[in-house]
Amino acid sequence: MARPMTMTEKILAAHAGKASVAPGDIISIELDLVMANELSAAVAITEFRKIKGADKVWDRSKIALVPSHFTPNKDIATATLSKMMRDFATEHAIENYFEVGRGGIEHVVLPENGMVGPGETIIGGDSHTTTYGGIGAFATGVGSTDIAAAFATGEMWLRVPHSIKIVFENGLRQYVSGKDLILRAINELGVDGATYAALEFTGPALKDLSMSGRFTMANMSIEAGAKNGIFPVDATTEAYCAAVGKKNYTIYHADKDAEYTQTVVIDCAKIEPQVAIPWLPDNTRNASDLHDITVQQAVIGTCTNGRIEDMRQAAEILKGRKVHPSIRAIVIPGSQKVYMQCIKEGLVETFIEAGCVVSTPTCGPCVGGHMGVLADGERCISTTNRNFRGRMGHVKSEVYLTGPYVAASTAVAGYICGPEELQAKVPA
Amino acid sequence: MILKGTAHKYGKNVDTDVIIPGRYCNLIDPVELGKHALEDLDVNFVKKVKPGDLIVADTNFGCGSSREVAAVALKGAGVSGVVAKSFARIFYRNAINTGLPIFECVEGVDGIKDGDTITVDAANGVITNESTGKTYSATQMPPFMQDLIAMGGLLRYVEKRLVEKSK
Repeated sequence: MARPMTMTEKILAAHAGKASVAPGDIISIELDLVMANELSAAVAITEFRKIKGADKVWDRSKIALVPSHFTPNKDIATATLSKMMRDFATEHAIENYFEVGRGGIEHVVLPENGMVGPGETIIGGDSHTTTYGGIGAFATGVGSTDIAAAFATGEMWLRVPHSIKIVFENGLRQYVSGKDLILRAINELGVDGATYAALEFTGPALKDLSMSGRFTMANMSIEAGAKNGIFPVDATTEAYCAAVGKKNYTIYHADKDAEYTQTVVIDCAKIEPQVAIPWLPDNTRNASDLHDITVQQAVIGTCTNGRIEDMRQAAEILKGRKVHPSIRAIVIPGSQKVYMQCIKEGLVETFIEAGCVVSTPTCGPCVGGHMGVLADGERCISTTNRNFRGRMGHVKSEVYLTGPYVAASTAVAGYICGPEELQAKVPA
Repeated sequence: MILKGTAHKYGKNVDTDVIIPGRYCNLIDPVELGKHALEDLDVNFVKKVKPGDLIVADTNFGCGSSREVAAVALKGAGVSGVVAKSFARIFYRNAINTGLPIFECVEGVDGIKDGDTITVDAANGVITNESTGKTYSATQMPPFMQDLIAMGGLLRYVEKRLVEKSK
């Protein structure tokens, strides 16, 4: 009898042309999509040009290039990196190049354009490429030389990861989103608890989770060290694929007796809004347990929480309220499509009336790039994914990670608090 | 290849943001990157590091971003290799791909103090603490990765694959 396999193992086996794979096997897989942003692409292009025999890319329809990190470019150095990528896209007639103003942040842009689908293999020159596991794909981040190799061959070597199952029991409480679930899961696992592993998210709570919440969770799988994080494909996934025009995909289900090295059960009924405090994403607390932590900036958006649902959650809190006088609140829709939808739904008006900055899509502040870099001693509540030392600017600045509800509530209160505490103190 | 130098010892979870902060990710040149290596963890690192020195660190070295410039920055600063209890997976690949020798060795890390002189026989994964005279064995890399390194890195492997595929 064939070895029972996890979802990740089945996708990898199919793309390696094998009937079966097991954790630890080193295999070469065919890739369905290779993505890079201007930072990873600039180095990848330099390496690609060194490959003898690689005059052309392997498939110009299966490469996506997305300027996102320091764009619209903040200085000459970053403009040069973007230009390198733009010139390469022209030279090789790359079909999926998303110019500034026509794209946004790669992990928001690719799903909404139907470029990722269930059962596919995707690598990206960005660690948060794990995002596409939300749709049931195998997706992982790699460095630039791996991207250069994939540009040339459409293949990647990898070690088949062992799988860890995360089971989310029961339903979600009000004001609890995918961000809170993944912050809890990272806390349970630790920042290196899933190193080299595949995370497979399952359990009854998933039916309450939209694709937006799933992308947020898969996005942060890397913060536990995972190679990928993957969701089962269900009616929600299929409805999303239909809506974005994704066709011709293959659905893989984990076998019942597939092997998991660890199973973590999380009772969602007990989860309240979460905050990860410096300096690691596994340093998670209940928002309600944090007191008197004043902040000077709030960032709402980016690849982790820059989808329309995230914008709606923030707007729900900010509607009819004002951002605290001592806070700069920066809202960053993840893509032009999300931005347009925010305008249509009146969310931009809500944000601006509340006193927020509404930025064009960019990774900007998350990487300490631009559009909200922190000074010495400043604190930021943020819906981004990393709170490492110096991540958003000065080495003595601090980032507190959370979901849109808490970030927006904090922006109004002036100190870290959840929506329920805000409602008691500052009714809308 | 024998690597020899002073050990610069750091703790757990040395992330890529402290190895090379985002504000320097607009750089590509290894020497320029090297001037800022580990700046947000230890501002004195670039002042005290000498060519050939090694980083010795606890678990999960290189966690975080996929930025390949993290490995390049360490090389640019003169670091000849990294010995750690474990590595984050993207950094592990990037180190192999950029030719930064890395060694996984729990006992070695525990047996080396900041400032010790160490040598590493890279081919055999034997780490010697010259200050104490003790030796340690790094975890063997799988044969495929050893072959990849012996071949001269990923791009040489890709060239071979392109020839195979064109047949």
